[in-house]
Parts: sequence; C-alpha cells; structure tokens
Amino acid sequence: MGERIIRMVIKEFIQVFRDPRMKAVIFVVPVLQLLIFGYAVSTDVRHVPTAVYDAGNSAIGRDLAARFGSSDYFDITDYPRSHAEAERLIDRGDVRMALVMNEGFEENLRAGRTAHLQVIIDGTDSNTAGMVLGYVAGVTADFSQEVMMERLGRARGMTVGQEAVELRTRAWFNENLESRNYYIPGVIAMMVMLITLMLTSMAVVREKEIGTMEQIMVTPITPLEFILGKTIPFGIIGFVDVIIITVVGVFWFEVPIRGSLLLLFFATALYLMTALGVGLFISTVSGTQQQAMMSTFFFFFPAVLLSGFMFPIANMPEPVQWLTYINPLRYFLVIVRGIFLKGIGADILWPQMAALAVMGTTILWVASRRITKTSS
Amino acid sequence: MDALRTENLTKIFKRFTAVDRLTLSVPAGGIFGLVGPDGAGKTTVMRLLAAVMIPTAGEAWVLGHHSVREAERIKERIGYMSQRFGLYEDLTVIENINFYSDIYGVTAGRRRETVRELLSFSGLEAFQKRRAGDLSGGMKQKLGLACALVHRPALLLLDEPTNGVDPVSRRDFWRILYRLLAEGVTIVVSTAYLDEAERCGRIGLMHKGRLLATGTPADVKRLMKETILEVRATVPRRAAAVLKDAMGSEAVSLFGDKVHVATDVPGKDTEMVAELLRKERIEVGDIRPVEPELEDVFVSVLAKDRENGIHG
Repeated sequence: MGERIIRMVIKEFIQVFRDPRMKAVIFVVPVLQLLIFGYAVSTDVRHVPTAVYDAGNSAIGRDLAARFGSSDYFDITDYPRSHAEAERLIDRGDVRMALVMNEGFEENLRAGRTAHLQVIIDGTDSNTAGMVLGYVAGVTADFSQEVMMERLGRARGMTVGQEAVELRTRAWFNENLESRNYYIPGVIAMMVMLITLMLTSMAVVREKEIGTMEQIMVTPITPLEFILGKTIPFGIIGFVDVIIITVVGVFWFEVPIRGSLLLLFFATALYLMTALGVGLFISTVSGTQQQAMMSTFFFFFPAVLLSGFMFPIANMPEPVQWLTYINPLRYFLVIVRGIFLKGIGADILWPQMAALAVMGTTILWVASRRITKTSS
Repeated sequence: MDALRTENLTKIFKRFTAVDRLTLSVPAGGIFGLVGPDGAGKTTVMRLLAAVMIPTAGEAWVLGHHSVREAERIKERIGYMSQRFGLYEDLTVIENINFYSDIYGVTAGRRRETVRELLSFSGLEAFQKRRAGDLSGGMKQKLGLACALVHRPALLLLDEPTNGVDPVSRRDFWRILYRLLAEGVTIVVSTAYLDEAERCGRIGLMHKGRLLATGTPADVKRLMKETILEVRATVPRRAAAVLKDAMGSEAVSLFGDKVHVATDVPGKDTEMVAELLRKERIEVGDIRPVEPELEDVFVSVLAKDRENGIHG
C-alpha cells in the first residue's frame, strides 16, 4: 500500500513541475505577495504633507509649526497666505492637513488666555485621519505643557517640578508598530491556503476531465491510497511555501520570530489539513476545472476577508463574527502572529490548534467519503 | 469455463433504463463483440462488468467473481479501457506505462519483461520519451491498450476502442487484439462498427438496453428470415429514396453504391423493384439475391423491434 502512495505522489510532482506556469504559481507568487505586503501595503502613517497658515506670523506660531515639522509624522510643504488658500490646498489633495493659527494667537497665549489652533484634515481616508489626529494631539499637548511650565516658572521665579501625569506608551510585540510585522505572518496563512486549495481542488477534477479517473478506478488502488496520493504532494508544497515565506520574511524584512519554529510547523500541518480537506471536497463536487477554480475563490475570498487578516473581527457585525468561527484562516492567523511576534507557545495557542485539528479531520473525512470507486 | 456471466443485469438511471435484464455468458478465450448503435447501453454494460458501477438489479460474475461483492478481486484480474482512455498527457509514454504498473503493483522483475513486450507489440518503442499528449490518435490508442495490459489481465474489456481512429490504426489495433487472443486473453469489445463486429468470434446485438441476439456473426445472420436483393443502379441514392417510399424504409438501405432490399418474396419483389425504378427512369444494372451482411441483419432486427412497439 505504501508503494502505491509513493508512486501517486511522484506522479503528482512530475505533473506539477513539468508545467512551468505551475512552478511559477508555487514558488514565485508567494514571494511576490510577500514583497507587496512587505513594501507596498503599509498602514503606517508617516510624512503627512501639511500646510501651515499663521495669520499673525508670530514667533510662537513658527515655533509650533517647527515642532510639527521636526516630527517624523508631518512634512510641512506649504505656507498658504490665506485661509481660503489653505482650503484650496486640501481640496486639491496637495496637503492632507492644514494648521491654521488666527490673528492674535501669540497675544492670547502671552496674555494667559486660551489660544485656538485650528486643524483641518482630509477625512476621506478615515483610518489615516484618525491616526493623524492622534499625532496632532500629542504634539499640541507637549507644546501646551511647556508653555504652561514656562509661565509658572516665570511667575514664581523658579523652575517647577514636573508634577504632571505623563503618558508613555509602549507597544508590546511590535514596538515600532511596523505594519509589515503584522502582515507578513498573515501572508503565510493566506498564500498557503490559496496554493494548497487550488492544487488539491484541481488535482482530482483534472483526472475526471481527462478520463484518467475512470481508468484509476478500475485498478486495485484503494480510496485511501488515492486520497493520500492526491493530498500529500500538495501538503509538502504547502510546507515548502511556509519555509520560503518565513525565510524571506525573517531575513529580508526582519520580521522577528520569537516563538518555536517546531510549533509553527506543527500548527501548519493542522492548518494544511483543513486546506487540503476543503480542496478535496471542492474537487469531489466539481465536474470541471473551471467549476473547481470558481468554488476555490468563492471559498477563499470570504475566508481572507473574514479572518482578521486586514479587518479586525471585533469590528464585524455579530452574526458575521459567528461565521468566522468556522474559518480555519482565523485560527491560524492567531497562531502565526502569536508565534512570530509574541513568542507564545502551545499553552496559550492550544484552543486554536484544537479547532484546526477538529475542522481538518472533519472536512477530510467528509471529502474522502465522497470518493468511492464505484458509481451508482 | 465462462469468462463472464450475467443474469438479468439491469441498470436504471433515474427513469431511463440503460441496461434491461441482460442475460449473457461469454466463454473464456475468444473475442466477444457487444454490437449496437450509440445509446444502446454498451458503455453501461462495460462499466457494470468492470465493477465500477453497481447494478440496479440482477447479477454479474466476472472471471468467477461477483461484480459487487468481489469487485476488487475483479479489478486485479481484468484490463479495462474506457471509451475515452485517459492518459496523462503531460507524462511520457514510459511514465504512463510505469505509473499503471505501479498502481497495479507489478513487481520489478516481471515488469521489465512485460514493458518491453508491450512497447514492442504496440510499436511505441521509439516514442518512449515522448509525451502522451504529443502522440497521434492511433498511438494514444495503443498506449491506452498497453496501460490496460501492464498486469497481464485474463480478461480485457474494451469500450469502443477504435472510435475516431483512422482505418490503418484500426487494423493495427485489431492485429494486436488477435495476438492477445493467441496468448489466451479473453476479449470483450463494444463497437458500433459492423465491420469490426465481423472480426469477433461471437457477438451480441444490443439495442435500447436489451440483448436482441447472440452467436457467431454467421449465426446472427441466419436469424434473418428475409432474402436480400442487391440492386445496382446508376443513381443509387435516388434509387434508394424511390424504393423506400414505395416499400417502407425498414426494408431498404443503401450500401455504398448498392441498394439492399429485404424481402420475403424475392421473385415478386425483383419484378417490382425493376418496375418502380423504370417508372422513375432510373437505369437498373442488376438485381440479384445476396448473402445478408451484418448490417442488413441489424437494420432488420431493429425494424422488427420498432414494429413490435418495444421501447426502452
């Protein structure tokens, strides 16, 4: 029995690697995806083009503007000479934000009154706008505090202690809040799912289409041998892809890997079972390769969108959140991110691994029940 | 010993009866032809015999094994070539043969001998390294046959093997079948070509799921009660049309440049045919009774079947 499985596996490998397009799909596409997510897709907000309009043209205004400009987050690109001009810059999209200080900004501050700083922000991209506002609040708060201290000092003729609550944020696991650290482990989950799903769903349907399926069914091969022969090769390819993406991610993009590699591979094996199972299932219900391809994407896109890969599950409507519980990608994302960034182990990740194991065996069992050697 | 035997073998798909109470026995060591038009149920019978399909009713024994209870035993001992023999077109000739050898569990020692033989009699030696997809239709056919023979089966089931293959390749193919027969392999072949049916030792005529007659081609021809008149005319197509109008379409058929008329009263009808054609100003060469060909039998049997109002 072992002999037959090995031969099936060898045959699948020959077929996959004889097709140059297939080779590209398996080895080039994951790296390309990695490059896209590593370089192009970034939710980090930096270098926001900013316009400053200081109607009073005051020293304090210049000082405040300089503080914005010296931070990494803002680039001061324009100095409009009227409010209307500042608005036009925003309208045209030349700047994303405008700081406006009206006449009397400095006088108000000097006189101990509240001075108003107007921030106009391009809110079309709501996520970015929200983050930019956060940075603005930070810079302004620092500035206010200094102004206050200075005045208190002047009033008492001495320097005062800094008896204030100071906010010191520290992000754990991804200290610099690099989005690539968040996405690259996710790319592993996504690519491995896509490639194994596609290969498996095609593998059985192709045999049906070219008529070899019927020929195989009249041989003494057992259904189990056939299924293993059709899944093991793609499981191996899935593993190789995990290794490629991990190596490029760690050595090229310097994504930290803090947890156990062994655990990562073990969890990958569980996750591959679900992908292979779904692929096999699609293969048994499809009559043609087109149908299998369509079904694969019909499964894959919702699986990615509802996995927390890009959009947090907590933000989804509750019924949709329930739906994500049957999404293997959801669990594997928690596992890969946990292993890569948090360095946590099986003691914390076991519920996710258990979920994958249950789903994987169930779908594989259902799919293999559908493969029989006799038709009725 | 019978190579295969069926008893009231029946297969019903939803409401359509593909095989209707087929009772048949095929002795070992011969070529048996399952002959019938498209849609007669030949492929379904082949699948039932190959133990890849479960019958609705009735039973079949292949090489002494029950087709449902001992399906796997049958698969080890038969070679089956489906209508569209599936080859892995991206694998080479030798890779295809080796793959099937592996799946059939042919041991390395026996394999070398068998593969060499298969390559030599199929004429594929020179093409071992060629991909199956790059072979001609006839070559693919032979490769398919070679793949079905890697485990030296005692019984070979061939479902319309020469469908869509050129005449020269068809002749080659049959030459191979005769060689296998000489080696003691029992062959069951389904075909819609009557010239191929003539090459079989025994045939079974199938129509609409039912077996209408079995026997040697000569036996089957003797079933024909009518005499066949062969009519030679200058415009055979028009002559056939005229005769069909007058004598009924079941009785008249066109054979190349000759028209065959089936009749119970040859003397009277010879006159009638001559008269009819003369009226239409068609020049008649010769009208004489001839030995019926299988096709005449087929046309006549099918026509009777239709008259009796038996429909699947």
